[in-house]
Amino acid sequence: MTHGQLKITPSGDRDLVMTRTFEAPRRLVYDAHTKPELVRQWLLGPPGWSMPVCDMDVRVGGKYRWVWRKETDGSEMGMGGVYREVKAPERLVNTERFDDAWYPGEALNTLVLVEKGGQTTLTQTMRYESRAAREAVIKSPMESGVAASYDRLDEVLAATSGAAR
Amino acid sequence: MKAAHRLDAIFAALADPTRRAIIARLASGQASVNELAQPFAMSQPAISKHLKVLERAGLISRGREAQRRPRRLEAKRLGEADEWLERYRRLWEGNYQRLDALLDRLKTQEKERKPQ
Repeated sequence: MTHGQLKITPSGDRDLVMTRTFEAPRRLVYDAHTKPELVRQWLLGPPGWSMPVCDMDVRVGGKYRWVWRKETDGSEMGMGGVYREVKAPERLVNTERFDDAWYPGEALNTLVLVEKGGQTTLTQTMRYESRAAREAVIKSPMESGVAASYDRLDEVLAATSGAAR
Repeated sequence: MKAAHRLDAIFAALADPTRRAIIARLASGQASVNELAQPFAMSQPAISKHLKVLERAGLISRGREAQRRPRRLEAKRLGEADEWLERYRRLWEGNYQRLDALLDRLKTQEKERKPQ
């Protein structure tokens, strides 16, 4: 199978830029980023995770909400944000904030799709609030979010067992 | 410097196109400040400033030759930054390979709907 190699490069002080080429018209690539029934088929992270919640109101000012679950132990991580720009089928801008954020503040994601000769080049720019935030994301894209969820679970369990006593 | 701050220093150092070009030049062998300044149409002090940033990030070091003090690339440090990015890349590549498969299915569906 031929597919473009994914490139990820830090840019400026707080951006991460991902580029990759897909063997499909951008209309379909755009659909795969904006239709929940399609998004939940691929945006899953590490093996063993599913996406039980995928609510998306794709219009300017509309919100989205995503939750992933690790099937082996049921741990969950969630995130969401607001769509800032929606221009089918070429541009999508949204904010991003994890429930148990391990990096400070919100990120701003800009998706740009360019079609040429039946291929689509995707450029996803992720702008973080600071250099430190970007670094936290690179060092632990998902594992830290899960660890943060566990911390919260610990707190809930501690509170519950305290109340039961 | 703590590991976290070091990585940040590397990314900050690599964010500048001149500094990336210097790294690329040093990848093919060590060079003096003069040699490095030549292709950039920049003053030697300007280049020295860039070299200092790269040096602080641990990406380059100075050779021993007393006169030239050639700069050389610290490939291991560059590798550290690459390693983190590589893990992050693998996570997204997994997603995008699933997206490849999904797009193939969507294309097939469209073809079946509109037989030519």
